[in-house]
Amino acid sequence: MSELREIISTGNDLAAIAAVDAGCMFFGGYPITPSSEVMHTISDLLPAVGGVAIQMEDEIGGVAAAIGAAMSGVRSLTATSGPGMSLKAENLGLANMAEVPLVVVNVMRGGPSTGLPTRVAQGDINQAKNPSHGDYKSITLAAGNLAECYTEVVRAFNLADRFMTPVIVLLDETIGHMHGKAMIPTAEAVKAGIKPRKTFDGPPEEYKPYGVAQDEPAVLNPMFTGYRYHYTGLHHDADGFPTEEIETCRKLIDRLFRKVDEHRDEIELNEEYMLDDADILIIGYGSASLAIKEAINVLREEGIKAGMFRPITIWPSPEKRLEELGKKFDKILSVELNQGQYLEEIQRCMGRKDIEKLTKTNGRPFSPADIIEKVKEVF
Amino acid sequence: MAFNYDEYLRTNKMPTLWCWGCGDGVILKAFIRAIDKLGISKDDLCVVSGIGCSGRFSSYIDANTIHTTHGRTVAFATGVKLANPDKTVVCVAGDGDALAIGGNHTIHGCRRDIDITLIVIQNFIYGLTNSQTSPTTPRGFWTVSQKVGNIDPTFDGCKLAEAAGASFVARENVTSPKKLEKVLVEALKHKGFSYVEAVSNCHINLGRKNKMASAMENLDWIDSITMPKKKWDALPEEEKMNYLPTGILKQDKDNLEYCEAYQMVKDAHQGKRGKITQDDFKKKI
Repeated sequence: MSELREIISTGNDLAAIAAVDAGCMFFGGYPITPSSEVMHTISDLLPAVGGVAIQMEDEIGGVAAAIGAAMSGVRSLTATSGPGMSLKAENLGLANMAEVPLVVVNVMRGGPSTGLPTRVAQGDINQAKNPSHGDYKSITLAAGNLAECYTEVVRAFNLADRFMTPVIVLLDETIGHMHGKAMIPTAEAVKAGIKPRKTFDGPPEEYKPYGVAQDEPAVLNPMFTGYRYHYTGLHHDADGFPTEEIETCRKLIDRLFRKVDEHRDEIELNEEYMLDDADILIIGYGSASLAIKEAINVLREEGIKAGMFRPITIWPSPEKRLEELGKKFDKILSVELNQGQYLEEIQRCMGRKDIEKLTKTNGRPFSPADIIEKVKEVF
Repeated sequence: MAFNYDEYLRTNKMPTLWCWGCGDGVILKAFIRAIDKLGISKDDLCVVSGIGCSGRFSSYIDANTIHTTHGRTVAFATGVKLANPDKTVVCVAGDGDALAIGGNHTIHGCRRDIDITLIVIQNFIYGLTNSQTSPTTPRGFWTVSQKVGNIDPTFDGCKLAEAAGASFVARENVTSPKKLEKVLVEALKHKGFSYVEAVSNCHINLGRKNKMASAMENLDWIDSITMPKKKWDALPEEEKMNYLPTGILKQDKDNLEYCEAYQMVKDAHQGKRGKITQDDFKKKI
């Protein structure tokens, strides 16, 4: 990793700063607690560098404008929280189908419905996997500390352009509103690491935006550059035009899965904390991992050897690593601020049901004491 | 020599999926003539459509084209335009698309007065999905969702656009393609939100069950309920509600277009000017 800089900020502000450093030039959004600060901050940052931030008439308009800008070729962001994600879902489906790169920051709060607007939850894990109807494979990252509110948003922009798809970055209210010191890469390092989307530079008559290998994303040139093509949410052919041809339809959906599945190594990112000599495996992500780490430190002082596995890429899940860990550890505890959404994925990957769980859905974050108590109770 | 439409069409996508005799083709041709007249390059043009028969409009034009979700055309186009203020951005939507499911985006596109031309193909019905009531279906008409007769009140999209702040509002019929072309030229030239209602026929899904089963009968009915604005203005007040005025209904050339307004924001953030205050605007509240 290159040189780091020290910054004192909040998670939401860091997400906005990261977007601009990563070359984002457009933001479309709508006010919603607890993510509004992303919009507040980026509304200052973008016009200063020649970009645009617009508060639209509703959540649907916010994501639609962001996708429109992204279709035209610029890096684009929207930010919201659970109720807003629900409203944005249909247009995220269009972005998945038409293969439009976009970053969506979801600062999770208590749900369902209006839920607990100012309080923390991690209840949008399942929603992030498939916000819209239909079959597709989404990419979701979860920031687990202040610095990752920056680094994961940067990574999301590069992944979005690599795989030509919306990438969701999950923050939660605790991390989004956390204020403190973070060590983050310099803006120069981030700029140097920008990997823009692939483009086609051959003759326009040979351009087939969706005519790509079965494990590759569409190649969508920026608009207004002489490569005139068509975007649609309908099933489409290599040229991007609507079709109902059987084999073309089958191959399109197959490709939306394979372009992600066959490149998991480029997407997967995990953290392992004190796992090597551990007897107890604790799995958690997002703000929960901060309490887990502290609990592990205390437990180890008492002679209880616990360690943590934290997926930073939530979807697609780290299937292989979870399977390995499931074989290695007998005592496993899953910790999350919902009733066990990711636990189901852990069970699937490990092929076992005997995983202990600690959940909380009252809008309050975990304290290390919650986790210490649970470990002592069940193991 | 006859006008060569092929230069602007994706001829390999022909025939269109529109029914025989549909007015959408007349609007497509008028639009192409307007683009040609203004010398707008296909590379510099983005056409955004929504869902419905009008949704396919974009796919037939050899430009940068987007077929979006139902009702969201103006919101998508707002992103395209703000990111590319020097390009021509046009939306095409149906009456259901623009006035029912997408009503909110239409209102706020008008309010921002962003330089987008919105063509609303107004055929008084949901055509593609087979005859459901739209916000412009006249009361007493048969629709598949109100088979004993529609009771839902209508509203006038042009009046809505005017009230919401669009600086250019016009209406023309497919029965007057030359006038429609002229209005579209003015709309595209206008710097601001241009709302153009193109009154069209749907003899298949509106006409058949409402005593105008042929395109001609449907078109005659359109002519019978529309009249030039001047004539409409002279009608007694109580008769006005039964006719739709045509022509340019509003044109405010002294407006502040949204991309230009946003330039003030950029300039303020880049230290090229001071903060924006009420003094920067004529309209204070």
